[in-house]
Amino acid sequence: MTDRFVVSDSSVLAFAPHIVFRFDDVRQKWIILAPERLMLPDEQAVEILQLVDGKTGVSAIVDSLAARYDQAPRELIAKDVTAMLQDLADKGCLAGAGPD
Amino acid sequence: MPARIDPPLALLAELTHRCPLACPYCSNPVNLERAAGELSEQDWRRVLGEAAALGVLQVHFSGGEPMARRDLAALIGGASGLGLYSNLITSGTLGGAPEIAAFAAAGLKHVQLSFQDFTPDNGDRIAGLAGAHARKTRFAAAVRAAGLPLTLNMVVHRQNLDGVPDMIEMALALGARRLEIAHVQYYAWALANRAALLPTRRQLDQATQAVEAAREKLKGVLTIDYVVPDYHGRRPKSCMSGWGRQFINVTPSGTAVPCHAAETLPGIAFPSVRDSSLRDIWYDSEAFNRFRGTDWMAEPCRSCERREIDWGGCRCQAFLLAGEAGRTDPVCALSPDHGIVEAALQQAEAPPPALVYRRYSPAR
Repeated sequence: MTDRFVVSDSSVLAFAPHIVFRFDDVRQKWIILAPERLMLPDEQAVEILQLVDGKTGVSAIVDSLAARYDQAPRELIAKDVTAMLQDLADKGCLAGAGPD
Repeated sequence: MPARIDPPLALLAELTHRCPLACPYCSNPVNLERAAGELSEQDWRRVLGEAAALGVLQVHFSGGEPMARRDLAALIGGASGLGLYSNLITSGTLGGAPEIAAFAAAGLKHVQLSFQDFTPDNGDRIAGLAGAHARKTRFAAAVRAAGLPLTLNMVVHRQNLDGVPDMIEMALALGARRLEIAHVQYYAWALANRAALLPTRRQLDQATQAVEAAREKLKGVLTIDYVVPDYHGRRPKSCMSGWGRQFINVTPSGTAVPCHAAETLPGIAFPSVRDSSLRDIWYDSEAFNRFRGTDWMAEPCRSCERREIDWGGCRCQAFLLAGEAGRTDPVCALSPDHGIVEAALQQAEAPPPALVYRRYSPAR
């Protein structure tokens, strides 16, 4: 039995093997395909997920979003990003990559 | 008919009705299709291509036991090449590591493996096949060894429901990331065995509590899919998420249906993929438009605030229990036919009769 992966500022995440994150031409939407499951991430989630590459850490993802949305406080962005990534990790869509 | 019809999300490819198991709740029809009537590999390849073009995202290879088909690896490869996310729904009793390696190489994304109970004795008894449980256990190990994600599917009923906590332990021990604890749904073989399978209220409440506690404890480790069965609920299930809204099912002989039980409905000519394209079937066939949306509904569904949540429940259940597919699903407490369900629940409190196993009917 593996332990739950807890997402923190220093985590580096990647899509779990067998998870497909792609653009669907028929629906003109980004989709996540998982075992017997389909998710349609909203615009914000898509923006975050496009930064998940198995190399960029959570704090760097937050920095990059904070630079794009300079009106929003960094702590608020960090909280939202971590919650969203934790939810997808709990669903088995994301897993830790590299040293944590 | 609704103004806009969305493309289907998933194709259920029922490749065959052949299966080494004889489960008395099998969702296959009582009149099973024989091998000679099955679609060819070429037919299936065309269907997969049409499905991808139509917007289908996931294909579930199912049966019967889909591994009874020699061309399964080729079909998985075909699906992968089309960008379809492929899922194998299997009993794990035909083949093992070499077949799984071939499926993984062909691009299979996930395996859903059924178990009939957590003990070999009761599992084999329910499956009607000696040694089935041991084969499944080996199969699960081979799936994990091939690096494929594994879901265990446990069909539950009054003759195994008390073992839910042990089933959860078994799923963890076998390395599953998901566990589906699926209550028997009462169609076809299961309807014939309803008095032997429907759990008592007390059993159900205990199992539900066990699942809720495990979900909390195993968050992020094991996802447990579990829904309280419709007979014991107040409102119907959103059957197939609504008729012709997300799913298209193709039977072994090529009939396209909105759900695997729909062929039991009289007076509907279900189209065949042998002579229609999946696109025509999905958008234009009378069968797929018959119960689409809400226009077909009568009261109490028509004015119900949940009409676009549960879509009137299940058309097959309405027909099987109340004699008419257009009526409200009798499991709904608002249905005028709800007494039928209450009587069945009453009957479940009595000792269960013997099981009737799934078998081919005498040669036609």
